[in-house]
Amino acid sequence: MAEATDLLKTPLFDLHTELGAKMVPFAGYDMPVQYPLGVMKEHLFTRESAGLFDVSHMGQAWLVGPDHATTAAALETLVPSNMKELKPGKQRYTVLLNDNGCIIDDLMVSRPLAAEDDGRLMLVVNAACKDNDYKIIAAALPDNVKLEIVEDRALIAIQGPKAAEVMALHAPEAAEMGFMEARPLEFDGISVIASRSGYTGEDGYEISIPAGAAEAVAKALLADERVEPIGLGARDSLRLEAGLCLYGHDIDENTTPVEGNITFCMQKRRKEAGDFPGGERVLKQLAEGTENLRVGLLLDGRAPAREGAEIRVPGSEEVIGRVTSGGFGPTLGAPVAMGYVPSKLAEIGTEVELVVRGRALKAKVAEMPFVAQRYYRKPK
Amino acid sequence: MSTYFTKDHEWLKVEGDVATVGITEFAQSQLGDVVFVELPENGKTVAQDDEVAVVESVKAASEVYAPLDGEITEGNELLVDEPAKVNEDPEGAAWFFKMKLGNAAQLEALMSEADYKAFVETL
Repeated sequence: MAEATDLLKTPLFDLHTELGAKMVPFAGYDMPVQYPLGVMKEHLFTRESAGLFDVSHMGQAWLVGPDHATTAAALETLVPSNMKELKPGKQRYTVLLNDNGCIIDDLMVSRPLAAEDDGRLMLVVNAACKDNDYKIIAAALPDNVKLEIVEDRALIAIQGPKAAEVMALHAPEAAEMGFMEARPLEFDGISVIASRSGYTGEDGYEISIPAGAAEAVAKALLADERVEPIGLGARDSLRLEAGLCLYGHDIDENTTPVEGNITFCMQKRRKEAGDFPGGERVLKQLAEGTENLRVGLLLDGRAPAREGAEIRVPGSEEVIGRVTSGGFGPTLGAPVAMGYVPSKLAEIGTEVELVVRGRALKAKVAEMPFVAQRYYRKPK
Repeated sequence: MSTYFTKDHEWLKVEGDVATVGITEFAQSQLGDVVFVELPENGKTVAQDDEVAVVESVKAASEVYAPLDGEITEGNELLVDEPAKVNEDPEGAAWFFKMKLGNAAQLEALMSEADYKAFVETL
């Protein structure tokens, strides 16, 4: 393990200390895993009210080209999603693929609202992947599109059913945003870039803030009794209940978007053309299916099955797959997991066994999300 | 009645030849919110340091060890239905199991409350 002094600090490090966070090394950063409230209460509070997360360790970058068509076309050579069609002020989830059609990282891409920003796309990538992502993206870009890595901004998320009403007190225009929309906002007079999205299954925002102003924004949100600071522990249980993938665990460089069951990130034009890395293989999988598929798993008892637990057919010793994420779901009040099983056994309701400490626990393939997502859709 | 502590952050209250065993306040604070407890079977013969019970928090699974040789006589069924009791009252109502001592001489190597406190300070 790296020495504490080798770890990077986010612009909110002092605030975490002040709030009594328990800090742990994560992706090279010293990050809060929990606050005095504890993982369980932090999780439940987020679903009930609103939670504030420091996600400044994630990579923020701009792609900058002469116009949207050029920049989008450059990004499309690396991802299987429509980028040309992305409208100003909209955000999209996508994946960087390698030549096998497997996932190098998953990321959010947003197109700025303002006409003068035409040709710019904002990327948010995983902390542990960012250096590799930047290398791959930079190498693939044509001469007239540049990658600008953002090092001087924090990223925070406010998530939960009361996130919007709290946010509106500081940035009234935030209320007009719909799910997966992005725009600049004035937050108590501070210029920020917000998207209405997140990683909990709840309504909420991710807010990119100049590093020097991050603490002021975080403190303004935390001053509201409807908001508590939330650590990485609850962030993980929230995303797991929401059925969202954790890169490096549920999807990685050995899984395609088809195997990972995230083909929603691929739009029709790209699925027909297959004009992305590993396109031929991915198209074949779309047409013929895959050997294995990521599924949700619900256990019968209270014992959680964690990452690495073997998945078996009941009554058989044969290992058919493994749990890739698992734990206790505080909102569900029961253990939840996801993992890979042969596609022929991926049907909802299929009975399987998960091996925990040598004992086979009964489980069923279950629909995801485990807890209903509550994103905000604008009235038409 | 005498109370003893182990380096694995368990406590034992010994009355006659029966020990009641649980995890310490320090252990529960390190574990975080407990969501599942697996108890040993009654009548099971165990050796010192055998893994006999499991406590799972939202973060991870941890083993509870037999602090001494002996035989398990009772598990605390309360913890099966209300695992969060381990966080609320670890050194009281949330005991894990009772065991009949097989070798009372092993008690001598365990820590007193004062020794245990000093041990926790070093961590």
